[in-house]
Amino acid sequence: MSRIAARFEALRAQGRKALVPYITAGDPAPEHTVPLMHAMVEAGADIIELGVPFSDPMADGPVIQEACERALEHHVSLSEVLDMVHAFRRHDADTPVVLMGYLNPIEVMGYERFAREAADAGVDGVLTVDLPPEEGGEVLPLFIGHGLDPIFLLAPTSTGDRVKQICESARGFVYYVSLKGVTGSSALDLASVERKLAEIRRHARTPVGVGFGISDAERAAAVARLADAVVVGSALIRRIAAHVTEPEVFTREIVELLQSMRQAMDAEQGKDS
Amino acid sequence: MSEQDFRDIDWQSMPDERGHFGPYGGRFVSETLMAALDELRDAYDRLKDDAAFQAEFDHDLAHYVGRPSPVYHAERWSRELGGAQIFLKREDLNHTGAHKVNNTVGQALLARRMGKRRIIAETGAGQHGVATATIAARLGLECVVYMGAEDIERQAPNVYRMKLLGAEVVPVTSGSRTLKDALNEAMRDWVTNVDDTFYIIGTVAGPHPYPAMVRDFQSVIGREARAQMLEMTGRLPDALIACVGGGSNAIGLFHPFLPDTGVKLYGVEAAGYGLETGRHAAPLCAGRPGVLHGNRTYLMESADGQIIETHSVSAGLDYPGVGPEHAWLKDIGRAEYVAVTDEEAMAAFHALTRIEGIIPALESSHALAWAMKLAPELPSDAQLLVNLSGRGDKDINTVARLEGIQL
Repeated sequence: MSRIAARFEALRAQGRKALVPYITAGDPAPEHTVPLMHAMVEAGADIIELGVPFSDPMADGPVIQEACERALEHHVSLSEVLDMVHAFRRHDADTPVVLMGYLNPIEVMGYERFAREAADAGVDGVLTVDLPPEEGGEVLPLFIGHGLDPIFLLAPTSTGDRVKQICESARGFVYYVSLKGVTGSSALDLASVERKLAEIRRHARTPVGVGFGISDAERAAAVARLADAVVVGSALIRRIAAHVTEPEVFTREIVELLQSMRQAMDAEQGKDS
Repeated sequence: MSEQDFRDIDWQSMPDERGHFGPYGGRFVSETLMAALDELRDAYDRLKDDAAFQAEFDHDLAHYVGRPSPVYHAERWSRELGGAQIFLKREDLNHTGAHKVNNTVGQALLARRMGKRRIIAETGAGQHGVATATIAARLGLECVVYMGAEDIERQAPNVYRMKLLGAEVVPVTSGSRTLKDALNEAMRDWVTNVDDTFYIIGTVAGPHPYPAMVRDFQSVIGREARAQMLEMTGRLPDALIACVGGGSNAIGLFHPFLPDTGVKLYGVEAAGYGLETGRHAAPLCAGRPGVLHGNRTYLMESADGQIIETHSVSAGLDYPGVGPEHAWLKDIGRAEYVAVTDEEAMAAFHALTRIEGIIPALESSHALAWAMKLAPELPSDAQLLVNLSGRGDKDINTVARLEGIQL
């Protein structure tokens, strides 16, 4: 069983939902990424989404675009990101790591080489924002062949046919984008999320995560009632952006935010049982 | 590929139903946009063969844009160069001063048919922004134009023109603050406002159906030019020359000539300070394939796949990608892609201005510069058709500054 599936199964047995923080690798500088990953696990993260910096992150808002720019000032490459995962794995053999990014750096590395090296480094899943399943004919079997789960996005605009088709191609989990917009938006509409998740669950054979627009403990708990995983990104990166030269400060603030989300999510689940 | 092999290609069948030109093109966007692209493709597929829609488009091209644009025999310049006869397709005489308006008229009519009330666009030099703001004003549509902060400084007159036309011009300060970043920002707007917004992309790049749709709207250039050359000279030209940034004026000219395999096609990219300096905007000549802005095509990128900053004296060519159909035409050898430097383009700018009394856009000056190189090597009965894609009034501040003249 993959690390992602094992993690979701363990959480289900405990009646808990997954907390999935996102950070951009190399932001604000490469040496901070691995310690921050460990700190997030300590604070209650179940799966880590690690962003691969890209010069043109079209689906992201200004917060993650600037995180990419900070990382790229240090010329953080995809190979270096894999080295970071490798370093993380030396002290954490269990927490799943999902790479999130855009297709071009992977295309340039070469799909076969990327799949092999990512698997060797200990990557568990790959979410390529600009690779819909219909363009993934040659790529996705390579990922799966190397034990990497291809993770797909679903959106409020996804039609019934697409929901069905994507749920069928999905491994690990499917990631529902809670709103029409880019990362870091604030317009979370829980009622519409609930409606769409009901549709997705009719087809999904994997757990369903929700992200975009989740910035505090209250929203994390509300989404945890509906979904199997709660993804939080821009809210964490804002802490880094506010304190780029003070790693102890942004680390503390990120840990505190994740702890508050963890507590609120677990308390919410406790209410049901 | 030999001429014989080209005979087996059905040029009209490209791209395939999912937008692929060989390995290029396609649809590499986030999930939120997939439904909007399907909606656009379905609407366009329905209307492109709809007689009423085509009649509306043709009517606007004739009465609003001023088509057909003439073909002009630059006799004096040809004589001075001492070789081939140079003919100019005068897209500079269109309303708003460039070929860009052919496409914005088509897409805005489509937007109206689809019931979209809000138009967004990206712009580099400002020509596409002006052409979009123009047609939005005429149709009474809300218009927002994204433009790199750097380009806003370089192209102040066009910024003011868009504002006069009622458009909101949004400065883009992310990344390199130029055209590619404006395109990112327009995509972000579209993802957020996808229900009521139509995104008018200005070139033959982006996710399917844009490269095919923009090509179709721009192909009026080549259809007219082909008939005009036959009428004026009794035969087809020996070669076509057009500048290539994203490549919409070039594909518009080339496409109706693709089956005429005896006609050579030259696409001219911006070599900036020179291809060897790395500071240029010539992905077809010096880049390699990758994925950006929704399609696979040739790109200017670093060894690890980051998009790099481009340089050209011409803001309209200052883009790190190129339309996927050009990438395919390059690979199969149907078109040849070359590059000329800022300096060569400036020399051509001055030559046409002084010898023919036509001030060309700096973008089009790249095509003219290639004609200047090619013509003297050819006999005097050879014919070159150059797409004069835009007029140069917008560029006189840039030219004056480069020559140290205070206006």
